[in-house]
This record gives sequence, structure tokens and C-alpha cells, in this order.
Amino acid sequence: MSVLQSVALLLVAGVATSVVLTRDPLRQAMVASIYGLVLGILFFVLQAPDVALSQTAVGAVALPLMILLALAKIRSDE
Amino acid sequence: MSASTRRTVFLIAGAGLLALLLYSYAGLPDFGHYRGPYGDILNRVSIPERQATAVVSAVNFDYRAIDTLGEEFILLAAVVGVATLLRRLGGEHEEEPDDETTGRHVPSASVATGVAGLGVVGPTVLIGLYVVVHGHQTPGGGFQGGVILATALLLVYLADHYSTLRRVGPMWLNELAEGLGGAGLTLIGISGLVFGGAFFENVLPLGSMGKLLSAGTIPLASCAVGLAVSGGFALMVSEFLQQTLVVRSDKGSQQK
Amino acid sequence: MSFLPFAVAAWVLVVGLYGIVTSRHLVHLIICLSVVQSSTYVLLLAIGYKSGGSAPVFADQPPSPRAVDPIVQALTLTDVVVGTTVTALLLAVAVQLNKRHGSLDPDDLHPLRG
Repeated sequence: MSVLQSVALLLVAGVATSVVLTRDPLRQAMVASIYGLVLGILFFVLQAPDVALSQTAVGAVALPLMILLALAKIRSDE
Repeated sequence: MSASTRRTVFLIAGAGLLALLLYSYAGLPDFGHYRGPYGDILNRVSIPERQATAVVSAVNFDYRAIDTLGEEFILLAAVVGVATLLRRLGGEHEEEPDDETTGRHVPSASVATGVAGLGVVGPTVLIGLYVVVHGHQTPGGGFQGGVILATALLLVYLADHYSTLRRVGPMWLNELAEGLGGAGLTLIGISGLVFGGAFFENVLPLGSMGKLLSAGTIPLASCAVGLAVSGGFALMVSEFLQQTLVVRSDKGSQQK
Repeated sequence: MSFLPFAVAAWVLVVGLYGIVTSRHLVHLIICLSVVQSSTYVLLLAIGYKSGGSAPVFADQPPSPRAVDPIVQALTLTDVVVGTTVTALLLAVAVQLNKRHGSLDPDDLHPLRG
């Protein structure tokens, strides 16, 4: 197993832990975007370009966007 | 049960679950020693049988197209759920987003954002269409390209006002795209049944490897899924945006 | 060392579960749920990997027996997109819950209330 794969895997574990430990949802949306990017890198290193494409497009863009929109609506309702 | 009690109980249970998972994963073949026959078989026969060079898309849209149909309908159901949950309820009304109310001066998005955003929309649409249509040859396909196309619509909102997004991507267009995509995929499956004898049988001429019109129904299925995914995502984000920017509670406005 | 991918998949699952159990905000809970889902993607791709393998795309190279498994990649890629859609549905539920009850703390949201 190459060094690149080990580093990518450890990075995924680390960023996942930080996603969970970030309690404020607004900050967590940003960390989730970074998590999506790191996952995309891991999928690419594991020779899966299709999966990396969809993960990067979805996890780094679409998901944080919807979280932010939901938070904006929640905040304006309070 | 208080929060700290819950945490302690989970830490014990979580440690047990982690140990169980690690023990069960240790029974898998070592990382890098893939054993199963099906992946190797598909890699070998995908080009002779279907003239498709991207095996993952061939699996998604031909060999296991019925699973893709199922996932497609999960997506449809989730989008219908979002549209239902975020509809305008009794006790709410719609009003113009804050940047359109007359008499209110709102600083518009900076010119740099507007120019950069609108300049990137065209290439993004082109890249999205390229990824969708070339799904059978290069990494890509309907799912990835559909998300890229939906992102292109979002860039319009980021670069300009919400009203521009409404004009460029109206709700009925998103709904139409999503419905057509789902119906298109089902029709491809049924045509395989009618003309070929099996659901999702590849009935169109296979062409030769490397050409755009090759691999039979795979590029068509990829386009149908791309249409459905882009329509679905654009619809969901439009619903969220509408709920955030336009729908207001009647109680709040009465207090003003 | 070759056990690292499976260990990371198990760790991410348990850490996500910890986030769900100890969450105090519904949106935080939903994001932790998507983290739990992502652990299955890592597991699937780790199962299909071959040492020194190449991507299962043969547009520029002849089909080789060293290409990694395409089936798990097909499963994972539809899962990624559809999982995000379901997460969006959960976020819409959270928005409506906030309108009804005014709070998003899971402890305050009792199920049996008219």
C-alpha cells in the first residue's frame, strides 16, 4: 500500500472526526465541504475516477449549499 | 437519561461495535488482493460485448441498469418529498425577496462576482453536457454530469439576483426535466423488453469502440439519467432558495 | 498496514454514530448521518481495489487484468448522489420541525405531541 493511500486514508479519518466534533452547524458545513473534497481525493487515489467525480461535485458543492440554505431558513424563522 | 449518561453508555457500546467491526473486517481478503470473479469478467467482456470503454458506466446503464432505475426513483421520491415539505403552507405568504422590494437600497453583488460567475456558467454547462454524453467512453455519465449541470444553474444565482435564477431556470422546466429523465430511463428498459426480450436489453446498434454513437442504449440511458439528476438537484435547490428568500410567515409580517 | 482502509471505515462509522448519539442540533445530526454513509463508500472501494491496479477505463489502454473492480464503483457512485438527495430531504424535515416547535434540539422534540 503506497504512502499516498495511507496519507489519504488518515486524512479521511482525521477530517471525519473533526466534522463530528464541530458542534456549530454553520462551521460544520464548511468542514463537511472539506470532508467531501478529501473523500474525493481518496477515491481518486483508489483508482475510482467516476466516484471521485461525483463525490467532489456533490460533497464539496451541493451538500454544503443545501445545509447553508436550511440554516439560513432556520435562522430567519427564529 | 442525561447527556453525560448517554455519552458514557455510547462510549462503551461504541467500543464494542468498533471491536466487532474490526474483527469482521479482518475476515475479508487483504486490501489489494481482490478475489471475486465478477469484476474481472466485466473488465474482460465489456468491450467485446458492448463496445463501451468505461466499464463503470456500462455496469450502471446496461448490466445493472435495473439498480440504476431503482436509484433514479429514490431520487424522484426524495425530490417530491422536498417539494412537498417546502411548499407554501396556510399561514404563510410569498413576497419578493429582500433585494427586490421597492424603495430599499440593497448593495448588489460586486461586479467581479457577477462577471466571474456569468463567465463560468457557459463552460460549466458545456463540461456538464460533455460528461453526460461521453459516459460510455470516459469516466463520467449521467450522475456526475447531472450534478455539474445543476451547479451551473446555481452559479447564475450566485452571480446575479434570485429573480434571474427564476427566469433562467423556472420551476416547470426543472420538473419537466426530471419527469422526462425518469420516464426516459423506464422507456429504454421497456424497449429492451419489447424488442430484445429482456428488460434493459441493449437493442440499438453497438457501433465501434471509441465513437460517440456506440454502445447501443448506454449513451441514451446516460442522457436520461443526466436529465433527471440535473432537474432533480436544480429543483431541490430552487425549493430551498424559495423557502429561504420568498416565503414568509404571516405572523411575522403582522408584527411589523 | 494493509488493514488501514478497513480500520478507517470502521472508525468513521463509529465516530459518526457518536456524533448522532450526542448531538444537540438536528442539522449537526444530519451531517453526522452523511458521515456514517460515507464510511460505507470507503469500505466498498477498499474491497474492490487491486494492488498496483489501474482504473477500469479502457479508452486509452487495452483491457488489462490489473484493472480494479468496476461493480463496487458503480454501486458507490449512484449511492453518493442519491444519499445527498435523501440528506436534502432530511434537511427539509428539519426546517419544518423548526417552524412547528421552534427548537432543533433532539431532546426537546418529543414524538408524541399533537
